[in-house]
Amino acid sequence: MKTETANKTQNVTEKTERITGSEAIIRCLIAEGVDILYGYPGGAIMPVYDELYKFKDQISHILTRHEQGAAHAAQGYARISGRVGVAMATSGPGATNLVTGIADAQIDSTPLVCITGQVASHLLGSDAFQETDIVGISTPVTKWNCQVTKASEIPEVIAKAFYIAKSGRPGPVLIDITKDAQFGELDFKYEKCKGVRSYKPVPDTDLEAVAKAAELINNAKKPFIVWGQGIILGKAEEQLKAVVEKTGIPSAWTILGASAIPTSHPLNVGMVGMHGNYAPNVLTNECDVLIAIGMRFDDRVTGNLNTYAKQAKVIHFEIDPAEVDKNVKTDVAVLGDAKLSLTALLPLLNTNTHSEWHQKFKDLYAIEFEKIIKDDISPTKDGLTMGEVLKEININTKGNAAIVSDVGQHQMIACRYSEFNITKSNITSGGLGTMGFALPAAIGAKMAAPDREVVAIIGDGGYQMTIQELGTIFQNKVPVKIVVLNNEFLGMVRQWQQLFFDKRYASTEMTNPDFVTIAKGYYIEGKRVTKRDELAAAVKEMIASKDAYFLEVCVEKEDNVFPMIPSGASVSDIRLS
Amino acid sequence: MNEEIKSFTISVYTENNIGLLNRISAIFQRRHINIESLTTSQSEIESVNRFVIVVNITESQAIKVVKQIEKQVEALKAYYHTDEDTIYTESCMFKIKSDLLFEEPQIQNIIKDSNARIVTVNKKFFVLEKSGRRHEIELLRRELNVFGIMQFVRSGRIAVTKEEMKISEMLSAFNNQL
Repeated sequence: MKTETANKTQNVTEKTERITGSEAIIRCLIAEGVDILYGYPGGAIMPVYDELYKFKDQISHILTRHEQGAAHAAQGYARISGRVGVAMATSGPGATNLVTGIADAQIDSTPLVCITGQVASHLLGSDAFQETDIVGISTPVTKWNCQVTKASEIPEVIAKAFYIAKSGRPGPVLIDITKDAQFGELDFKYEKCKGVRSYKPVPDTDLEAVAKAAELINNAKKPFIVWGQGIILGKAEEQLKAVVEKTGIPSAWTILGASAIPTSHPLNVGMVGMHGNYAPNVLTNECDVLIAIGMRFDDRVTGNLNTYAKQAKVIHFEIDPAEVDKNVKTDVAVLGDAKLSLTALLPLLNTNTHSEWHQKFKDLYAIEFEKIIKDDISPTKDGLTMGEVLKEININTKGNAAIVSDVGQHQMIACRYSEFNITKSNITSGGLGTMGFALPAAIGAKMAAPDREVVAIIGDGGYQMTIQELGTIFQNKVPVKIVVLNNEFLGMVRQWQQLFFDKRYASTEMTNPDFVTIAKGYYIEGKRVTKRDELAAAVKEMIASKDAYFLEVCVEKEDNVFPMIPSGASVSDIRLS
Repeated sequence: MNEEIKSFTISVYTENNIGLLNRISAIFQRRHINIESLTTSQSEIESVNRFVIVVNITESQAIKVVKQIEKQVEALKAYYHTDEDTIYTESCMFKIKSDLLFEEPQIQNIIKDSNARIVTVNKKFFVLEKSGRRHEIELLRRELNVFGIMQFVRSGRIAVTKEEMKISEMLSAFNNQL
């Protein structure tokens, strides 16, 4: 019977059927190709959950342990797959608990559709039980949002929501649906949205601008590429690689651009930004042409704007016109889709090697290796380092894992030292810096890509912000690997306190519970490592495990992450100690 | 970069949807920009609304704000213009005691000189309406204030631009695409 319903949805578009609003919601989701959604039921969304029960062989709902977890799981799902993540919650606190995940998705351009239940329309504005103005609350952190009060509006609004979430520069969309609209009936017919007249998702590629960019690049003596997540979102990895290889331009990435070109690629010179690599930061202020592709010159990337790449001509390939000249004044702006623009650019570029210029990157890398990397990944001191844990993970996953990191020191170490062979493999909260992101995001990532090894790397602070999602992992048997790098501190804040607040460690020390016992309480296999000679075997065992696995590594308490650009300093004043 | 702060008129063509005012005003709020005046009405195109927003900011701020507004899904197009680029006016109303018309003959001269219009008169009060530039309205208010004003209200600025804003062309291009 259920299969019949599905066929009707797919094949019969002209004829309509009389169904309820809540059934329409589920059938719209199925029509959009949604196979999994994450959420938490409650009063105002119950009719939709009742339909989910009926359609459970066509669409799975994963009950997270908190709505924030649902939003982050949907983000993890979207980030690894490129598809739209879906989260659902009830009105009031259910809806407000989604907001952190929505804000995270907004600043990191993650396609998300969030559906919230709302009190019945006659109660709107009456301070009803679990009523909150979620449309008002979510307005500044959504790409688009909308309240639905009539069942008949549901198909069109959901179609529009998916179209807006995934087109152009992706982002989160929230649909708030009153309970009477869920109970109401409509003549159902679903058509995918093909366009919105007030919204142009992708600017046309300006071929004149492409030609100007090519001329600047061809005449450059010291060109430098910095790419961002725009490459991944625009599926332009191959095009970028072709441009990089033809021109021989040293190329670096922002945190969200990581993995678009493999770590091992000879022209991949590492990460830019506050805890990025030494060479790309220093040489940003020596290049003559800076080619920014699908990145937005975040302050964590640029440091002090007044001293950022002032000597260089700046070319900015960008899909979002509002990003052009927002932070850094460009000489040539190439609006449009990265894949189309780079495809147009490639034949105009001269073959080159820039070997002398590239050598400068290698020389500075050698300095960074000697002063920092060596001791991070192959330490000689007693205490364990976060870097050596990452090295073991690289060895055991052969660089094929998706790394889901939380926020803080371990995140910077994970991004610096993870080896990535496959695109969409660095899933982290870049813009918003949301502690608690990793555990639920890893759940979504693993479910969207069950064949990939998914390793969550989390600090002891962030882990305890969403630790309840162990319940979701256990109940749904999600085989994620969880690594907690425990230094018994909110490490990044402590590092700042040490460097800039005379070691006044205000509220950063943590007395932690027995994390392994907690994991075991959820029937998740777990191990604690405190000594170097136990590490390799423990990581090997974790990666070999077919099930979820928890590994706590007790690392040196007061290690710092270097290099570091102190906030407000110039990228070229990056500190090695 | 010490750019001059000037008065800019920001014109926005939008769909007529609930919540859009919130979305647009939030763009100013987030950047700590005070809105001097905001007027919204139907535009020359059926089903398209027009916002006229006056702010005192630098030109580079105006450029960025306009881009952020255009980025909103339901905003069709946004522009910024200086005072010189627009024809603009404001409107105001005064409610004044009717006795004064007879007791203070000067008031009649003020009304005549200011090109204000009497909207209604009854035994208790009369209502005066005037359109014009801010300084003209301000002058009239000061002159009448001497005699006592029961109520005063002034509208936000409305403005048309000297340059063309090709919204109709934009909309028909979209319709042809589909």
